[in-house]
Amino acid sequence: MKLTLKIWRQPSQNVKGKFETYNLDNVSEHMSFLEMLDVLNEKLSFEQKIPIAFEHDCREGICGTCSLVINGQPHGPLQGTTTCQLHMRNFKDGETIVIEPYRASAFPVLKDLSVDRGALDRIIQAGGFISVSTGQAQDANAVPIEKDVASHAFDAATCIGCGACVAACPNSSAMLFTSAKVAHLALLPQGKVEAQKRVLNMVRQMDLENFGNCSNITACEAECPKGISVSNIALMNREFLSASFSSNDAN
Amino acid sequence: MSWMTNALKPIGLVWFANFLTSSIGKKLLMSLSGLFLILFLPVHLIGNLQLLTKDAGVSFNLYSYFMTHNPLIKTVSYLLYFSIILHTIQGLLLWRKNKKAKGKIGYAVNALRGDGTNVKAAANMAWLGIIIFVFIAVHMYQFWLQMKLGKVPLVIIEGTEYKNLYEPVVLAFSNPGFVVFYVVSMVIIGIHLNHGFQSSFQTLGLNHKKYTPFIQYIGRVYSFIVPFGFAIIPIIVYGRNNLWW
Repeated sequence: MKLTLKIWRQPSQNVKGKFETYNLDNVSEHMSFLEMLDVLNEKLSFEQKIPIAFEHDCREGICGTCSLVINGQPHGPLQGTTTCQLHMRNFKDGETIVIEPYRASAFPVLKDLSVDRGALDRIIQAGGFISVSTGQAQDANAVPIEKDVASHAFDAATCIGCGACVAACPNSSAMLFTSAKVAHLALLPQGKVEAQKRVLNMVRQMDLENFGNCSNITACEAECPKGISVSNIALMNREFLSASFSSNDAN
Repeated sequence: MSWMTNALKPIGLVWFANFLTSSIGKKLLMSLSGLFLILFLPVHLIGNLQLLTKDAGVSFNLYSYFMTHNPLIKTVSYLLYFSIILHTIQGLLLWRKNKKAKGKIGYAVNALRGDGTNVKAAANMAWLGIIIFVFIAVHMYQFWLQMKLGKVPLVIIEGTEYKNLYEPVVLAFSNPGFVVFYVVSMVIIGIHLNHGFQSSFQTLGLNHKKYTPFIQYIGRVYSFIVPFGFAIIPIIVYGRNNLWW
């Protein structure tokens, strides 16, 4: 395959960036998108040029490190797939591919295609956990939970925190991410204990991080590589409403 | 949000101020004010349909007298003005915040997709809303303010004097430019409601496998029928004026 790549290059956070065009020959259709970028980076290194910075880790679609907006879509054109699991057979020979970093004020570009997604980590730190004493793992059947509820919690838990929802949202809202974390824990018996405190703290942190506001456009759900449903946002709204009016937190 | 927190602190409602100024609290205000306006529109439409009865405006004038003199309706009307202002100001503030959140540099390629809603409408609610606000402003100036200031001719129905709002309305609808403006505005309102109706339920947390598909269906029906009902009135009145039928 022969490709024309228009890639956003930006030396560092406070320096203006611009698109650079690269031509790449002999791209195998079996390559993943990131392998294709690896090949381009090797070529750039041979030419004594600075390779393109992009994030990646597991390359198995489960860690949430890879990002990229490919032809206007976070994680590219294939539904329910991360960039690392996107293969070049999904593109045409001779195609021009535009590769941009996630765009959001809360995700400043660090270099080229790599952005700082620390804001999502700080939302987790605000309450996306369960404070239980560690010890022996309980017998699985000791905690009764209905199958449908367990499945709903599991679906929410599949969120890998990649931030595609923020990137896809015209408002750069992080509500799909936050709601997935809130729902995952609020639905389970272990998480119910701290549910009110959790939703109040996580939403508060989300607001502090300068994300935009949800206006139910649902672009987040459409682009989410894990298919997280916007029904989680409704669940978070319910949790937040009840926690605001009935929690023991005077503020 | 300092001013609201400061205002509600002395009465022990800091938590409520924090709630209202949170992202979800702001959404909730948009949703509730929007739903109230959604409830109001069919009531307004039923009144407007009186324009179509062929009685030289008697039923319409009796209706507008009722609307301006019934104490319950007058009370609710203040809630209505408040909802319009709240929905507009909060909407503009959110719009500004969201633009700031997206940052100065947008995507070179835009491929907006969505699930289960009118994505184009959803992403342009602010623009649609601004056009609707201009329409409401013109509308209020033209009919509501004239009615309030009493610059409306009088008419005698069964021995009692009533304001003849029917006359300026029919006059306005004889202007083809105004008819076009009115009909286009109704299309815009329909698009706004097409997203707004189901969105307001989602914001309230009312998302359920059993009800959401029905709410979305009703939203689509409502956002077509109500603006359609409003839009046909000036067209029919214009047609009658010009003796098309």
